[in-house]
Amino acid sequence: MSRAVTPQRKAFNTALAWLIGLLIFFPILWTVLTSFKTEAQAIADPPIWFNFNWTLENYFTVQERSNYFRHFWNSVVISVGSTVIGVAIAVPAAWAMAFVPGKQTKNLLMWMLSTKMLPPVGVLVPIYLIFRSVGLLDTKLGLVIVLTLINLPIIVWMLYTYFREIPVDILEAARMDGASLRNEVIYVLLPMAVPGIASTLLLNIILAWNEAFWTLNLTAAKAAPLTAFIASYSSPEGLFYAKLSAASTMAIAPILIMGWFSQKQLVRGLTFGAVK
Amino acid sequence: MGRITLDQVTKSFGAVEVIPPLNLTIDEGEFVVFVGPSGCGKSTLLRLIAGLEDVSSGEIRIDREVATHLPPAKRGLAMVFQSYALYPHMSVRKNIAFPLKMAGMDKAEQDKRVDYAAGVLNLTDYLDRRPGQLSGGQRQRVAIGRAIVREPAAFLFDEPLSNLDAALRVGMRLEISELHERLKTTMIYVTHDQVEAMTMADKIVVLHAGVIEQVGSPLELYHTPRNKFVAGFIGSPKMNILEGPVAAQHNASAIGVRPEHLASSAESGTWEGRVGVSEHLGSDTFFHVHDTGLAETITVRASGEMPLRHGDRIFLTPDPDKIHRFDAEGLRMP
Repeated sequence: MSRAVTPQRKAFNTALAWLIGLLIFFPILWTVLTSFKTEAQAIADPPIWFNFNWTLENYFTVQERSNYFRHFWNSVVISVGSTVIGVAIAVPAAWAMAFVPGKQTKNLLMWMLSTKMLPPVGVLVPIYLIFRSVGLLDTKLGLVIVLTLINLPIIVWMLYTYFREIPVDILEAARMDGASLRNEVIYVLLPMAVPGIASTLLLNIILAWNEAFWTLNLTAAKAAPLTAFIASYSSPEGLFYAKLSAASTMAIAPILIMGWFSQKQLVRGLTFGAVK
Repeated sequence: MGRITLDQVTKSFGAVEVIPPLNLTIDEGEFVVFVGPSGCGKSTLLRLIAGLEDVSSGEIRIDREVATHLPPAKRGLAMVFQSYALYPHMSVRKNIAFPLKMAGMDKAEQDKRVDYAAGVLNLTDYLDRRPGQLSGGQRQRVAIGRAIVREPAAFLFDEPLSNLDAALRVGMRLEISELHERLKTTMIYVTHDQVEAMTMADKIVVLHAGVIEQVGSPLELYHTPRNKFVAGFIGSPKMNILEGPVAAQHNASAIGVRPEHLASSAESGTWEGRVGVSEHLGSDTFFHVHDTGLAETITVRASGEMPLRHGDRIFLTPDPDKIHRFDAEGLRMP
């Protein structure tokens, strides 16, 4: 389907897209700008755009006061760990649902999705108590477990959608060619699903990286990831906007850079199956 | 190697029985074609033999060994799919070598067999390409190559030529027949195209609603169809089936006359009608004749030069030795 688009219309659409893009990007831009200001400039009214004394002072202060790299490492372990474990569990689950569906498969998928609609605070107290009694509070392992469970429905759903697009004939051909179930998955299914698996990994690392509810509630000092690192600067007592911005910039930079380089993969993954 | 026996095999999907108890023996080295209209169960039957579907009851034996519950990989059969089902992420060489790799064969032997198969199938120049870079005919040859390297007990073909254009189809038909001549391996071939069935088979199995209507050589089926269904399905164009008084004259409930067993004339004959659509093939012309009072349309094969046009009067005379008679149940009468 193609429609004739006049040059004016095209220019208008382009301008509109840029405007929306800038609106979405503005908070991040403002955070980054603020991180280079002094605390006084950060709250100046009217706001200062670019003509201030650019300074790195906030970054030094933040790194001095709290160990950025430890939080960064915690975030990496928690997000990558939970995603990798989640995918390892989800591949067989999605395989079963996509290729040998039973009568309840649809219901099972819907039920899994429904767990995402539960407000997390509803299960905070029981989980907190369980974690306390088994000694998982403020541990990376504990957070990996929680985030794996929380993101598992999304991982299963995404992989299920990708697997459904793979022609069953090809898997049957592998079976006829003498492949065991394991070899069928390793040599045929997974290589064909690489784009889907890659975007699932990326999206879930981002989700886990940005997850704040559980990471804030279940950690104190040892296992605190970057979300907790930012939160520690949003204290109500003082003027810490510039430092908060510096902390935020440092926290989102890694994931922003990763997202930037993998955006093609991400977009392809998220619109997979939508258009043929 | 390559004798397949089905003993009282049935298949149901839920409450629907798609294959009622069925017996069939396929001899070693035979080229057997399962043919029937779509939905007749021919592909299901092939998948039961392959092990891609479980039988509901009954027994499948491959070379006297009971294979009913063996997984597909253990049955020693190779299958060529309608969609080719090549591995898109592997080169042609890796595609063909895949079953050998799964069998744990050493690399040198794998290469030897792949090169041999590629030579047989004219694929030598394409071994490093991906399936996506090949034409339909080449892809189908890769699928066949993947099947032959395993030296299977039998080949299973599931409508392998349906996705090819007409010219290529004829070429591949010959190639598969030649391959059978060369390998002498049992082949089971599923198609809905009776021309493919007639031209390739040693033995045709005509299926209808999961039931075997008749098993026989192409010419047996053509000359002595067991019932009206087989009579109508085998032969192109279809046999004319006539009922009513004209059948009663032959002491039958219905009679069948093939288009090629009707003589046509512009002057005189047994039956009279009017020419409807004419299909000119050059060598022959098929006239669809209306207003005979016998059936809505009678198809007749005439020579390519027959100068009749739409609306012209035409006379038809059946060859009395070639009239098929059927009883009220549709079964052939002697």
